[in-house]
Formats: sequence, C-alpha cells, structure tokens
Amino acid sequence: MTREVTFVEAVREAQAEALADDDRVFIMGQEIGEYGGVFRATQGLAERFGAHRVRDMPIAEQSMLGAGVGAAVMGMRPIVEVMFMDFIACGMDAIVNHAAKMRYMSGDQLRAPMVIRTQGGSGTHHGSQHSQTLESWFLHVPGLAVVMPSVPQDVKGLFKSSVALDHPVLFIEHRALYRTRGMVADPLAPIPLGQGVVRRWGEDVTVAAIGKSVHQALVAARQLEEEGISVEVIDLRSLVPMDVDLVLESVSRTHQLVVAHEAVERGGWAGELISRVVAEGFDELDAPPLRAGSRATPIPFARELETVMICDERLIARRVRECLGLVEYSV
Amino acid sequence: MSDGTSAISVVSGPGAPRSAETLSPEGLDSMSDALLVEIFRLMYTIRRFEVVMERNHLAGDLYGPFHSSMGQEGVAVGVCAALESDDVVTSTHRGHGHAIAKGAELGPICAELWGRSTGYCGGKGGSMHIVSMAHGFVGQSPIIGGSELLATGAALAFDLSRDSRVAVSFMGDGAVGQGVFHETLNLAAIWRLPVVFVVENNGFAHSFRAEQMQLNPDIAPRADGYGMRGVVVDGIDVLAVYSATKAAVARARAGGGPTLLEAKCYRWRGHNLGDAEHLYRPREEVEKARRDDPLDRFRSAVSGRISSEHLADIEAAAEVEIAEAVAFADRSPPPGPRSALEGSL
Repeated sequence: MTREVTFVEAVREAQAEALADDDRVFIMGQEIGEYGGVFRATQGLAERFGAHRVRDMPIAEQSMLGAGVGAAVMGMRPIVEVMFMDFIACGMDAIVNHAAKMRYMSGDQLRAPMVIRTQGGSGTHHGSQHSQTLESWFLHVPGLAVVMPSVPQDVKGLFKSSVALDHPVLFIEHRALYRTRGMVADPLAPIPLGQGVVRRWGEDVTVAAIGKSVHQALVAARQLEEEGISVEVIDLRSLVPMDVDLVLESVSRTHQLVVAHEAVERGGWAGELISRVVAEGFDELDAPPLRAGSRATPIPFARELETVMICDERLIARRVRECLGLVEYSV
Repeated sequence: MSDGTSAISVVSGPGAPRSAETLSPEGLDSMSDALLVEIFRLMYTIRRFEVVMERNHLAGDLYGPFHSSMGQEGVAVGVCAALESDDVVTSTHRGHGHAIAKGAELGPICAELWGRSTGYCGGKGGSMHIVSMAHGFVGQSPIIGGSELLATGAALAFDLSRDSRVAVSFMGDGAVGQGVFHETLNLAAIWRLPVVFVVENNGFAHSFRAEQMQLNPDIAPRADGYGMRGVVVDGIDVLAVYSATKAAVARARAGGGPTLLEAKCYRWRGHNLGDAEHLYRPREEVEKARRDDPLDRFRSAVSGRISSEHLADIEAAAEVEIAEAVAFADRSPPPGPRSALEGSL
C-alpha cells in the first residue's frame, strides 16, 4: 500500500524505523529530545525510544560529531543531527579528518558508519549564516557518502541504505521541502545510493539536479514545454556515489546537458559531473554543458536581494535556452 | 622513587579537599612480582624501541615524521597497566609508547613505521596512525584534540550498550588549548561517561613552553569547571601513575564518571626528529631533566623485590624482540599498489 506523508514526516519515520530495527542506532543533536527538533524531525522519538537513545546535546558540534565517530568505531551506528548545515563548519575536523579516514588509514580495522543529518538552503530569510548549501565540500573528501533526497519516498528509502552503509554519510535535507507531500510505499525497500532516477522524460536537453533543485528543474521544464523545448530531468539522489552512467545515457539521446544546484556555481559539484560527461561522452554533446548554480556571494537577507543570487527555476530555464543557442550565455 | 605520600594529589572536583589531599599509592605490597616485571619490560621496551627507531630513521629505513616518547614511559605504562586488556586507549602523534604499553606487537608496529604490508594498517597509517583493535588500541589522532573525541565516543558506546569497559584518552599539554578539550570534558561529565583523560604534561607543545600557553601551571584544576575529579600525578613515577589510574578507572567503571589526570613529565627529545631544539631550550635543561629517569626510579623502587639479574634478563630479551621486529619489517614487502585504492568511497 502507499500513503501520503510530508517530507519531514518521512525523515521522522525513517529515523524511528532505524531505531526500532537496530539497537546500535541512536541519535544525537540539539533540541531533538523532548522538544522534538526545531523542524519536528524527531518529534515523539525520545518518548518512544528513551532519552538515552535520542540524546540532547550541548551546543558543541565538534564533540557531537567526534563522539559520533568514536561511538561508531566501537560498533554503534549513530545518527547525528546538525541543526543547520552552516553549523557543520564547527565540526568539520570530526568529519573530514576522522570519520572520512578511519576505515582507510586503519587498514579496515576501524569503520565509522554514521549518518550526519542536516538541513540547509535558502528561501526562508535566515541570512548568510543559516541558509547555505554546502554539499560540494564533502565530495572533495574521499570517504564520505553524500545523499540529498527530493521526495518523501526517497527520504525513507535512501535513509535505510545510509544507516546500513559502513561509511559515514552526509544526509542533506532542504528545509523548504519539509512541508511538501508525497506518496510513500509501505513497506518500502531500501533505495541504493548511487542510483539516480529520471523524473521527467524529454528529448532536447537533459537537466541533472538534486534535492530542491529537482523540483525547480521540473517547473522550468513545464515552462519550456510551452516554448516547444522538451526537457529531461534527472534526480541524482546521491552525489557520492554519483550515477554518472544515467546522465551519460540521457545525454546520448538529448545531446545537451545542464546541471542545476542551489550550491554556489563556482567550485560546485556541477563542474565535477560536467567534467565526467565531457571526458566520457564528448562525442554525444552538441554544445558545451552548462552549470546553473547560485551566484558567488554570501546569502543576503532581503527578499529582493536573495532572489538575485540564488539558483531558481528561472536560471535553470535560461541555462537550457543558452545551451540550445536560443539566447546568449551570460554568467 | 615515590615516597608514597606526595606523588598523587586530588586537586579538584567532587570530593576534592580544600587543600591538596594526597592519596597513598597502592604500595608495592599490593603489586605482584609478575606485574612489576611486566611494567619494567614495557618501559624498557618503549625506551629502546624509540632509540632504535630513531637510529633506523636516520639511516633511511623508515620515513616521515617521527615523534619520540622517550622520558614519558612511566605515563604510558603506568596508565595501561591499570587497565583491563579489553579497555580501550586513544592516543596522539606521540603514540608508539602507548601502543606498546597497551600490548600491541612490536613487529606490526615496526612494519607500519616502515610502510610495509605487514604493518597494523597495511602501510596506510604510519607512525602517527597505528591501530590495533585486537589490543584495544583504537589508535592515534595527530589532530590535536582527536584523541579526546574518539575516547569520549568510545565511552558513549560503552554507556549505551551497558558495556563495563573504560576508555582512556592520552593527550599532551598542547591539547588543552583546543576547544574540543572543553567540549569533550563537559560532555563526558554531564553524561558521566566511563573515560579517563590523561594529560601528559611534558612541558612543551612543540617549542612552546606550557607556561607560555596558560597562566596556571596545573591543568588538572580545570576539571573543577566541569564538576569532574582532577588529579595531578608525578609522571616520572610509574607506580604513582599506576595507582592514580587504578583509582580513576575504578571510579569510571563504577559509574562515577570521568577523571582528568595530569601526569607531569618531561619530553626528552625534540617535538619531532630533526626539530631545532636549540632555538627554544638549552641542552643543560634537557640533561638535567634526563637525570630523573623513570626507569631508574623504578629500578630503585623495586630493588628489594626484583633482582638486578632478573631485570638484566628482561632487558636482553627486549633487545632481541626489538631486533626481531626490525628484521620482520625489513623483510616484509611493501603494500601492493592495488591496496591504495581500497577502503574508501
């Protein structure tokens, strides 16, 4: 059977199922216990599973993430919630220097299976230090999986695979999606990491995206359809591992590629994907692939300023037209 | 040697006296000959291992950064001798001694330093990343503060799974300047985690003297800020370290929470091999400090119990073991290039 849930309900259910299925799973974070999480992502979990397994933390990201690594190497499977993705900067040492490297540098004696759950993104006027989209940082550190679901079903299916993985996982949610709704199969099989999905079939241009940008790509595709342009939209679902084959297959039919993400365009992961496609599928391309990402500024507060610099459906549509040579490319 | 009264002081935390209370170490009487012999064997082995490795490094047999723990053998061995074999230890860049004291074997340690396939980590770790889970040596973190993170997390795992094991974090005095020192001590205290934080106060963080980094010469009183027990111990005196650790471990195992144990010692060698020591400390200072040798102190402490012939036999056996470890590393093949791409995402 299937039923409709919101994105944040799916996050909550995914964690509840992980706690119920495996005694080694526990959650750490700020305001996640009785309070239920500032976005209600852990509501009711402390009551159901106990405060020792749904542990409220002092505001101390470095020790929270580091204790997660230490518990993981001793056999636990922690879920660590970083309230805002911006705050992950305070705990980067634990992720980059410890979690990511334990298994490799110990010759596989230590493993750090942990899910680092966090949320980010713009659109709620939280300003420069509560709105960033920073997943690209983690692609550059070998040893970390990076997952960004776009719909409730994927939240649950990808979470199952993330908890089961014997490597640390960055599980990144966009808070603008929390109240969106979607159908979820029950029971639901795990969705393997590294398997993208085609959200919309098209013939002229492939748009590969992730998270909230998938929804914006679909909005752009509907607009472009009215202009007679047929857009295929791929939801990558995870960035490490990344389903490059799915993108190559799509590009072999459309011969055009736009990669869209809310992360800053400069140095963003779109460059990585495009580089792979150029290297492995150059002959299929009819035009240079383009990136649709946010402008390289901190995120401003005022509505009128934020919309100027954040990648949205209008930028994605423009990049598609640029790709097809209908308008001139501009940064 | 320790006079049995002044080597250990409880300076802060619950139950701390107004003025420094002295604990009487579990005297020699409570320690078996076998334990004393083992303590000597480990201290001597660490001392000689560091000497031999340094020599081999200069000869080019091993490469990369090398941080000698000479002079700090009393802390490594005193702490580890007070643990059960399945208790776990985390360490720092200066960790050869901790690995040996926790029971890791010399051959695979040496091979790891040589970057060989038979090393504990298959040559992926090196001198600063030895791990031997079979011996409860969860490993080193040369990121200052990493040792506290891993030990606190291990203690959390024990707490969650109702496991009676205890975690010990070794760190240097330089680590107490890190924010993570504060974070992890507070976390361990509020959750009453079974962990002992051992600060090897060897007087230097690389070239910086401890007094340049903190106005209070003692680190243990910081425990007071976390409602934790803080203890200062003479780190040259292995028996005092052993006694102080015994008490801290018993407290942790019984649910009494963490202890901050500061062991005062002196770093005999430079920060690393090749360090420009002359820029920050006079040779005479080092020579003076080296006259107070933890091995000599131990020898005189046990002179009535263990014969010098017996100790000489132990020394000879340790020399053979170290030579065998070097030969093992020497004849071991380097790792196959394929393994470079295994074990990550």
